[in-house]
Amino acid sequence: MSILEVNDLSVKFSVRDGEVAAVNKVSFELEKGEILGVVGESGSGKSQLVLSMLGLLASNGETSGSVKFDGQELIGMKPSALNQIRGDRVSMIFQDPMTCLNGYLSIAKQMTEVLTLHKGMDYKTALARSTEMLDAVKIPDAKNRIMRYPHEFSGGMRQRVMIAMSLLCKPDLLIADEPTTALDVTVQAQIIELLNDLKDDFGMSIIMITHDLGVIAGISDNVLVMYASRAVEYAPVHGLFESPNHPYTKALLRSIPRLDNTAHEDLYAIPGNPPNLLHLPEGCAFAERCDHQKEKCLEDRPLLRSVSEGRQKACHLDELP
Amino acid sequence: MTASLLEVDQQRVHFTLPGDGLIWPGKKTLKAVDGISFTLKPGETLGVVGESGCGKSTLARGILGLVPVTSGSIKLNGVELTELSRRDMREQRRTMQVVFQDPLASLNPRMTVGEIIAEPLKVYNPEMSSKDLKQQVVSMMDRVGLLPNLINRYPHEFSGGQCQRIGIARALILKPKLLICDEPVSALDVSIQAQIINLLMELQQEFGLAMVFIAHDLSVVKHISHRVMVMYLGKVVEMATREELYKNPKHPYTRALIDSIPLPDPELERNKKINTLDGDLPSPLAPPSGCAFRTRCPKAHDRCKEAAPDLEVFENNHSVACWDPN
Repeated sequence: MSILEVNDLSVKFSVRDGEVAAVNKVSFELEKGEILGVVGESGSGKSQLVLSMLGLLASNGETSGSVKFDGQELIGMKPSALNQIRGDRVSMIFQDPMTCLNGYLSIAKQMTEVLTLHKGMDYKTALARSTEMLDAVKIPDAKNRIMRYPHEFSGGMRQRVMIAMSLLCKPDLLIADEPTTALDVTVQAQIIELLNDLKDDFGMSIIMITHDLGVIAGISDNVLVMYASRAVEYAPVHGLFESPNHPYTKALLRSIPRLDNTAHEDLYAIPGNPPNLLHLPEGCAFAERCDHQKEKCLEDRPLLRSVSEGRQKACHLDELP
Repeated sequence: MTASLLEVDQQRVHFTLPGDGLIWPGKKTLKAVDGISFTLKPGETLGVVGESGCGKSTLARGILGLVPVTSGSIKLNGVELTELSRRDMREQRRTMQVVFQDPLASLNPRMTVGEIIAEPLKVYNPEMSSKDLKQQVVSMMDRVGLLPNLINRYPHEFSGGQCQRIGIARALILKPKLLICDEPVSALDVSIQAQIINLLMELQQEFGLAMVFIAHDLSVVKHISHRVMVMYLGKVVEMATREELYKNPKHPYTRALIDSIPLPDPELERNKKINTLDGDLPSPLAPPSGCAFRTRCPKAHDRCKEAAPDLEVFENNHSVACWDPN
């Protein structure tokens, strides 16, 4: 059964120079216990996609489409009703662990607040639960450390605190927006391992946003690739890495410097830059940078279509040469 | 064997901070860089890796004279840099340039691209005619892949990758011999990152540049460097040629760094034996006794607690600081 159904979700921002289409008709489904990886370059709309689902857009943003969480429509829901869901059944980990915690409040204060608010617990029980959760994310000496303030923790530790906080109410859906981008590789490996363990323990679904394909390879079941505000490919993780269907995905995979690669030659680089979202081209947004560009690509925008069992792509080509 | 361009010998950069005492605080010393030595030949790239806080940027700043060096010697083309006056140092900086991590923040928002790239030339050749200046700027822009008609634009009008190209053009316009790159691609997307790395490698060939390439991403460093130096808490723990280091890492820290990089392949990534490090980098203000890495090392034993291992040279010029190397 799917826990989340997203249909034709679009996000527009009005700015001085016009309208920026940050997300354009993205649809996907998420099963219980599934990890969906969302990849894309900066500006591809991956963060706005999840922010809009939770009603967290900036004030000039406008959302349309439908997001059904466990049968409930989230788009257009009153903030008071959304607050019942956010932090309780759906929670989110943000990218920057340095700025997401309130520097004036102790970790204990910030964590217990979640439980007293959503679960109506008294402070003592909430504190015990929070300490347990810090233990679960492997913060040493949790009992004492919980009384500390954010600046007394390192980056990796703060991200653990964020994760612990987001798991307090045992959410059905966890959204992680680049949770490891700001961290060192050694700490990143710890956090990924932790998320994998927690998913098994709690049986939750995760949407994992990242631009690191290595992280995606290690953690997700399915992958959604975004380019210039649109979904261009959707596939199970093994299929995507073995035989990418979209030229963008293929190019992206080729351009990663790999450790298991011994050659000292040039890296493959995708020429050019992503298009300006204010003036998206009429045809395929990737056409300009694509090796397989045809005339049709410049005029006619390809829609996301099913190509095989569980796989979709938005490209005119039937097969990649 | 060609002579070295850069010789760094026992470089130390220590910072003095106020201590903890309330009334008489005293002083604490933060050893950001603690006795690092290496040499660099023309046309060679040395990769420097380590976690944030290990002192890799301070090392670079010390070489450039952007932070005072506490002790040690830095020789560029045989000239001792640590003893130079400001004026003489300025003359030497012509041959060494730097590309910073944050492409947008390192460009003055109130100068046009043309002014930014021309500035080093103006400083060192004040008598150059504006026509010559412009011509050199345009040819450099062309070389790094910027359209010359963008010369009057401002930095905010460019994307991150293009800003980094501007930074590279500014660094190379004086035709330096040494280029220090402080995490030049960590702020960029994968597809753009590849463009910049390729550009740097091409330019190195063309200008015969020696490069110090600082990064925390071992796969990028592997691609671009000839030799790699791994740092931990201000000290070198391992240094070897690229092939040697990745094939045969001797220090447990290097091993862990290599293991933690996620591989872009679901089969390999899920089946690899994970050997993650516990905990974080210890505070450089209170480093552990003996070997600084022992608090996180899977192989630590009593000897590591007592004394710090020295950097020892093994075959193939592979040096390691560990009591118990692989």
